[in-house]
Amino acid sequence: MINHPFSNEIYPDSPPLDDRSKEMRRLVIDALDGGGRGHLGSSMSLIEIMRVIYDDVANHRPDEPMWEGRDRCILSKGHGCLALYAALACHNYFPREEMRQFCHFPSRLGGHPERSKVPGVEASTGALGHGLSIGVGMALAARIRKRNNRIFVVMGDGEINEGSVWEAAMSASKHSLSHLTAIVDYNKIQSYGRTAEVLDLEPLLDKWRAFGFETVECDGHDVKALTDVLKNPLSTTKPSMVIAHTVKGKGVAFAENDPEWHHKSRVPAEQISAMYAALAENQ
Amino acid sequence: MRKTCLNMVYELAKQDERVVFIGSDLGPGVLDEMKQTMPDRFYMEGVSEQNIVGIAAGLAMDGFIPYVNTIATFITRRCFEQVAVDLCLHDLPVRLIGNGGGLVYAPLGPTHLATEDLAIMRSLPNMTIVSPSDADEMTRFMKSALDWPHPIYIRLGKGGDPVVTGDHEGFEIGAAVNLREGKDIQILSSGVMSGRALLAADLLEKENISAGVIHLPTVKPLDVEAVLAATESAMLVTLEEHFKAGGLGSAITETLIDANKMPALGVLRIGLEDSFPLAYGSQDELMESFGLQPPAIAQKISNAFQERS
Repeated sequence: MINHPFSNEIYPDSPPLDDRSKEMRRLVIDALDGGGRGHLGSSMSLIEIMRVIYDDVANHRPDEPMWEGRDRCILSKGHGCLALYAALACHNYFPREEMRQFCHFPSRLGGHPERSKVPGVEASTGALGHGLSIGVGMALAARIRKRNNRIFVVMGDGEINEGSVWEAAMSASKHSLSHLTAIVDYNKIQSYGRTAEVLDLEPLLDKWRAFGFETVECDGHDVKALTDVLKNPLSTTKPSMVIAHTVKGKGVAFAENDPEWHHKSRVPAEQISAMYAALAENQ
Repeated sequence: MRKTCLNMVYELAKQDERVVFIGSDLGPGVLDEMKQTMPDRFYMEGVSEQNIVGIAAGLAMDGFIPYVNTIATFITRRCFEQVAVDLCLHDLPVRLIGNGGGLVYAPLGPTHLATEDLAIMRSLPNMTIVSPSDADEMTRFMKSALDWPHPIYIRLGKGGDPVVTGDHEGFEIGAAVNLREGKDIQILSSGVMSGRALLAADLLEKENISAGVIHLPTVKPLDVEAVLAATESAMLVTLEEHFKAGGLGSAITETLIDANKMPALGVLRIGLEDSFPLAYGSQDELMESFGLQPPAIAQKISNAFQERS
């Protein structure tokens, strides 16, 4: 069996994390510190994807979260919610101090994001394989209403094991939903282990192309590269698929590419300190 | 009933721009006129129940009222998680129209029978369940429920079922309909079983047993007041085209237990026993084999009433 290369092996010259990327990751560690648990690896791989969507690409109004003209971003891999929460906190959808309340009764910030509880969360996710269909529905809605907003759906690599994802892919293509952009956070590790071992996705780009998507792959931690591929739809007639090669646990050296850090509970204080330190040392 | 229901979707769509239709892979020609006249609100998305429920959720999040239609068992079992999470957790006004509730697809066998649909839909917060008895009631329901702000599961009968609610006007979600007065027994039923309940009551009349029929077209939320009031009779009978586990009889007996109120002679539950059907045939033949045709229903009620009196 061949394991597919990790993102740092594909992109050895990936740019170092800048202040914004570290700021968001610190918020994730704050949540782990406060909540004592969390999907560290699955959230850290997502940071630049969420950052670029919320900082550089999506039209959105934090003071008017339900603004009709906003671009919608569905985090379909709901377990990566700490990255979404960090992006929303950075844009003042809620106070960033709230990150420390993560998973603490009666906090609204839980282990999976909920639309009815957290401003800015477009869909309650956590059960995998739901987001792309919801995104198709939102994209159809925008078309019926003759609105030109975009829909982003961020999925995990393990998540796309779900058959429902591929049902949705066929619908997106059938309807030529060019304002729908799907992104796979391809960190190559799912809960049990390497995706190549659990249920191989390759050839991943070809699969999405065959399902009617305009596809591109990039370094999922390179802000400029991500911005370039997300700034506009990849096609005027097809839905877009961005395969973002990422590193699970990115930014915390000892957690990187390690399935043990997919999710952690009862994280001791010294490990939290080690995370902050590792992040600070990251070059 | 199915035809009436789908025609009503088109009628509602003409009146209200929020109405959207999503089918899976229905028979040729379904809602052709709607497809022609409002192509941006008619979708046929293939054999992909999970996907169509998700799409409906996405549309509803943008203010649309999607009517989703496929065979009852597939719209409940196959995409249960999407129904639970995408529709019920978000509490969206999506309507699930289930063709062939109960034993309608008897010739096609257990893969196509929706005999636990009420049980699984009942278990979901925010879900409303409607099981009309005939086409007239379906029309009244469809007209009245457009703005109901929650998901609704609509259980369809086969079609051509006798109209037993014709004289009643309007439709109120959560309200029982009194179809027949009776002083000894009240039969509580829903869907096409209410017609059979009336016939069974006629048979009981000949034995000098006076049975009323209370039709519960809304299985959830249940008309608690009507159910509790019915306990004034000596005995209650629940009658359903559904497994006894988790269906209308369960809902009614749970209500009675919670209110600590039982009729003097208790409750007799009539429905499908805990078994897949052993044979194929017509809906009526399977009903017969399960003891759900009027003579067998009347017999069961009569026996219980006499034993318990």
